[in-house]
Amino acid sequence: MSKILEVENLATYFHTFKGVVKSVDRISFSMEEGEVLGVVGESGGGKSVTGFSIIRLIDPPGEITADYVLFDGENLMEKSEKEMNQIRGDKITMIFQDPMTSLNPVYTIERQIAEVLKLHQPGITKAQCRARGIELLKEVGIPNAEERIKCYPHQFSGGMRQRVVIAIALAGSPKLIIADEPTTALDVTIQAQVLQLMKRLVSEKGCALMLITHDLAVVSEITDRVNVMYCGHIVESAPTRELIEKPLHPYTRGLLASIPGSGAVREDERLEVIPGMVPNMFDLPKGCKFAPRCAACMEVCREREPETITVSPGRQVACHLCGKGEEDA
Amino acid sequence: MSEILRVENLTQQFRLDKSLLDKLHWEKGRITLRERVVKAVNGISFHVERGEAFGLVGESGCGKSTTARTIIGLNRPTSGDILFDGKSTAAMDKGERFALHKQMQMIFQDPYASLNPRMTVMDIVTEPILFHKLAGSRQEAEQRAYALLERVGIRPELASRFPHQFSGGQRQRIGIARALAVNPQFIVADEPVSALDVSIQAQILNLLMDLKEERSLSYLFIAHDLSVVRHLCSRLAVMYLGRIVEMGSREQIFEHPSHPYTQLLLAAAPKLTGSSIAGYEIPEKEMPTVLDLPKGCAFCNRCRYASPQCETELPALREVELGHVSACHLCGKK
Ligand SMILES: Nc1ncnc2c1ncn2[C@@H]1O[C@H](COP(=O)(O)OP(=O)(O)OP(=O)(O)O)[C@@H](O)[C@H]1O
Ligand SMILES: Nc1ncnc2c1ncn2[C@@H]1O[C@H](COP(=O)(O)OP(=O)(O)OP(=O)(O)O)[C@@H](O)[C@H]1O
Ligand SMILES: [Mg+2]
Ligand SMILES: [Mg+2]
Repeated sequence: MSKILEVENLATYFHTFKGVVKSVDRISFSMEEGEVLGVVGESGGGKSVTGFSIIRLIDPPGEITADYVLFDGENLMEKSEKEMNQIRGDKITMIFQDPMTSLNPVYTIERQIAEVLKLHQPGITKAQCRARGIELLKEVGIPNAEERIKCYPHQFSGGMRQRVVIAIALAGSPKLIIADEPTTALDVTIQAQVLQLMKRLVSEKGCALMLITHDLAVVSEITDRVNVMYCGHIVESAPTRELIEKPLHPYTRGLLASIPGSGAVREDERLEVIPGMVPNMFDLPKGCKFAPRCAACMEVCREREPETITVSPGRQVACHLCGKGEEDA
Repeated sequence: MSEILRVENLTQQFRLDKSLLDKLHWEKGRITLRERVVKAVNGISFHVERGEAFGLVGESGCGKSTTARTIIGLNRPTSGDILFDGKSTAAMDKGERFALHKQMQMIFQDPYASLNPRMTVMDIVTEPILFHKLAGSRQEAEQRAYALLERVGIRPELASRFPHQFSGGQRQRIGIARALAVNPQFIVADEPVSALDVSIQAQILNLLMDLKEERSLSYLFIAHDLSVVRHLCSRLAVMYLGRIVEMGSREQIFEHPSHPYTQLLLAAAPKLTGSSIAGYEIPEKEMPTVLDLPKGCAFCNRCRYASPQCETELPALREVELGHVSACHLCGKK
């Protein structure tokens, strides 16, 4: 397999009047073609900003820097805005939590699909657009697609709307879909359908999926690999099953242990908790960003940022505790 | 054990068309008079034991919050009764209702919306104490408020701050302190941790469990996250479109779910083992709306076991085993 995305030293800083927010701080990772990568972590960890930075949708006072962001072999950092516009919505598409951010309430679904199609296939006829639109709606499981294509977004339920968004995301020829909390607003039965659908579509089309979510259970269900983010850093990256079964970073361990029913804690007993809360982004600790909440915090953790080390093939972790022969603790 | 709360055949409807004009519709060439009524809660009954945490689960719009709001007295029930400590609230006079508010408090999902942004944390917590005259002086009320804030993990020196200066988890702690201020026996918690990050959610759940033991509280705990309810509640009811479709102990519901809807909910919930949703066939059909409830079982269009009987006849709750009821025509037959 070859890499569809390679990100090296990506940093996105917001220069606000109150100070600099290092939302994403020199992260590096890559994705294989057709891979489903989960990006998890708590609120403010930098998950969404990572997604937006890849397609360079960050407005001032935000500033993106990177050694490179290679997509399909080309460095996105060197593209003009016009070239980026060609890539967005075609080769790389995004799906958001609220389907209405991607849909225009005053246009029919047909028109919205047609717009995407025309953008990337200028010569396409109206009839071809309609036929392709119906085909796409069928693909995402919308019943009665011939009729439904004439409807407006508000005539669909939340789950169906998210399907429409997925259909539009597929209208180009995506090689990478970035989905930011695509099922967070949906009920669990609808969420399960949408997750199943996304999993099926990416494997059929051989397209890679970056799934941004705060829900480790969702990640468990459909991803191949996971990046765990905390305060703008990737603290751990591992194949999904390994991460869930043998988390290395104390933050990952803490996250997993806080989920009811996840571990040794029995019903009605107190859950394991990560003490404290996420630090103020204007005033981040000097060393490891997790140090103030970490039960295993050492002297060095407060002083120096841990380097990201590779523990085994495909497994990286940024923690002073790991690496120096620390075995299955 | 004795009962602290009993809900009997509670129905809550909302009229959408308030004026006569709204009720007139043009249909098949003639004007008809039809009123749109949201049937949010349709005859539910359950009880909560003293010292128990009772869970209410179900998907969006099934009537969980409406049930909570009606119990706490924010809605007047369309029909049915709510008994607190054996006393019917329908029959209560103003004085008794006022006293009831002291016994029963609510914690809301959205700590942002439920705290007055213009009041300091101290004022938020002392207000109910002063309102219910539980302290002789403002000073005494403040002493109590400090103790409460400390108990829920808010440092006393932060008491003069305003809600927006706190994180979501801290705001939820403040909401809990406010609810506890009048020393209630019964707490209705409507999705108290749904808006929180998982590490903060665990902190708040632990706090709720500690407080329950310390103060012998009883909870009506509403959540859509089944694992949270499983952890906290010894009994629970599953709602679907305004009705309870299954009710029983934690073991009964999670280990031996009887209703096809409960089975679907459990299967569709993502799990850390990652083995749940991939192989499960989820019905594609959509839920009917509360404006237009079907005659028979409301779940039948999504049910893999549905028979013609399910379409025409509303299934009643029937006992599957002691303390475990399910509203399905097929109960015991599958
Ligand atoms: N336009 C902006 N200006 C200033 N700071 C910003 C801006 N956008 C994001 N941030 C900050 O960047 C950090 C990371 O934000 P991001 O939205 O990526 O978090 P997230 O991991 O997606 O969280 P959530 O789970 O809440 O969506 C946060 O501290 C946020 O406040
Ligand atoms: N005041 C009201 N007027 C009209 N309809 C209402 C009113 N309150 C609630 N409803 C409707 O009643 C139904 C039940 O709503 P409720 O808020 O109780 O659901 P819920 O189970 O709490 O859902 P969620 O999980 O989304 O919070 C919904 O269809 C809602 O739109
Ligand atoms: Mg986000
Ligand atoms: Mg609700």
